[in-house]
Amino acid sequence: MKLTYNIQGGDFTHAGQPSSEVKKVLKQLGIDGLIIKNIVIALYEAEVNVVAHAFRGKVEVEIDENKITVLVVDEGPGIPDIGLAMQAGYSTASKKVRAMGFGAGMGLPNIKKNTDELQIDSEVGTGTRVKMINYFS
Amino acid sequence: MSGLPNYHALKVDAAKCIGCTHCMKACPAEAIRVVKGLAVIDRERCVDCGQCHRVCPTRAFYVEQDDLARIKAFKYRVILFPSVMIGQFPEKYSETQIYDGLKRIGFTHVFEVEQPIQLLIDSVNEYCANPENSRPAISAYCPAIVRLIRSRYPSLTENLILRKAPHDLAAHYAIEQILAEGAERDEIGLFYATPCIAKIASVKSPVGESESIVDGIINMNQLYNEVMKVIAQDEVEANSQQREDLSNEGILWSLTRGESRHFGSRSIAIDGINNVVRFLERVENDQVHGVDFLELRACDQSCAGGILLTGNRFLTVEKLERRAKRYPAAKDISPAAIKVNLEELKQKLVIDSVSPKPLFIFGKDRVRAMEKMNKAQRIVCFLPGIDCGACGAPNCHALAEDMVNNKAKMSDCIFLQQMWVSEDRINAQKAFLNVRKKWGTNRFKADCTKRGRRNEGF
Repeated sequence: MKLTYNIQGGDFTHAGQPSSEVKKVLKQLGIDGLIIKNIVIALYEAEVNVVAHAFRGKVEVEIDENKITVLVVDEGPGIPDIGLAMQAGYSTASKKVRAMGFGAGMGLPNIKKNTDELQIDSEVGTGTRVKMINYFS
Repeated sequence: MSGLPNYHALKVDAAKCIGCTHCMKACPAEAIRVVKGLAVIDRERCVDCGQCHRVCPTRAFYVEQDDLARIKAFKYRVILFPSVMIGQFPEKYSETQIYDGLKRIGFTHVFEVEQPIQLLIDSVNEYCANPENSRPAISAYCPAIVRLIRSRYPSLTENLILRKAPHDLAAHYAIEQILAEGAERDEIGLFYATPCIAKIASVKSPVGESESIVDGIINMNQLYNEVMKVIAQDEVEANSQQREDLSNEGILWSLTRGESRHFGSRSIAIDGINNVVRFLERVENDQVHGVDFLELRACDQSCAGGILLTGNRFLTVEKLERRAKRYPAAKDISPAAIKVNLEELKQKLVIDSVSPKPLFIFGKDRVRAMEKMNKAQRIVCFLPGIDCGACGAPNCHALAEDMVNNKAKMSDCIFLQQMWVSEDRINAQKAFLNVRKKWGTNRFKADCTKRGRRNEGF
């Protein structure tokens, strides 16, 4: 089963819509609540990253019998040093974004914590591609 | 009365229902469908919030209740009622006159349920102080919310505070007091005046309890009418001792912020079931941080907005707030004044556990469930997406889900039917018969009483 969503950079009002809809689907499939929670947290963080840093992005979700694969691809500034960005507390978010309660530098570490497999590819000046896999059992 | 599993007091009167779909669209649990021109409630999905009852233009929903005459079977006849009851009477009647009115209709003992509330406050505080319990702790006060969480937010079931509502406390408390007067247990009949249908269900089939201790339930609006028939027009002498443990906090308990003001360092109170749904989505997504207590109530203005109340909810709130000022603080009511075994009573407040009861899933087999979901998603592509309700389901998504669960057909959608007629795939007569079968012949008759709901906002 495939689901796709668009994310608009800078639009914090609607951040969280894709994660909420994915959650509904997983609940209807009877997936364990704790696993759903991990997926929703990781996807929400990835969405907020796009909203806070990129121009626009796309979420592609593929659900099969045993796992969910979430691909979040954005057009944006990219991440120069992924290792650094993975450190808790490291953030390049603007003052404006922080004032809204985002950009605490916990996004990527949180995604890491809540996914079974995580792969981040980024090209500075072009964009970032985050691939997350969670298994259902 | 033994606990009936999954009891619902709400019924549809087939003679009054016109299948207008208002209830179907207002239902937050998508539990209503129109079948053969009549609203049908899915017993499993219904959370007893009463939204359907509120929006029905023909008053086709009615609430089952016990016969008031049943109180005659008991020597000690106790009426338990929440404080909101007092808030509904016209200003000119004093509390004493209302209490006296309740005695005139046959009750021997009159108890407001929110006493002794300090016991409950202490018990909930104890629960919240335990670091092992999930945050935010969610009050189990409103039974419609408990049902909503069990079915729609099963993962949040563990956040529910395992403590009973004031009416359970009051029932035990009343029994203890009357036994102390020398009564035998089977001579005592307990009757609960309910402000809403959710409380009826929770009293008749309590979550986490095997049996109800209440002998009967009276709808608050009926009790109001009965009291108004006999109430004294002049002040009467006080003849009830059962208000001595009533406190400021107790009177305010059933109103919005009645609980949340007491608990947690950061608490939120939300009333109105649609507001609650939106907030629980966030809690479930783990997007709410640092809040340790949630008071969630299905009705706007909490119990003052209960569907079985007579008075206006805002006037009721104002009256109760004024009344509360005249009563002492709960902590100033000394336990010595409470003549029963406090420790035993406290034990009775504890609920063992509440289990999740997930309902919105496509069966247990995941592969099969995914096939069904895929199919439902494909079907949605063909539906008009205007959620008109003419198919008998609340929205296009719900219709698609009903179809894959073999509860509806493609031809239930009048848009698809119209298209098929224009493409000569079915004939016009067949299409008409389909709609008539769904809605009944009456929908097609000229009849001036057959009307939807008028916009009452003007």
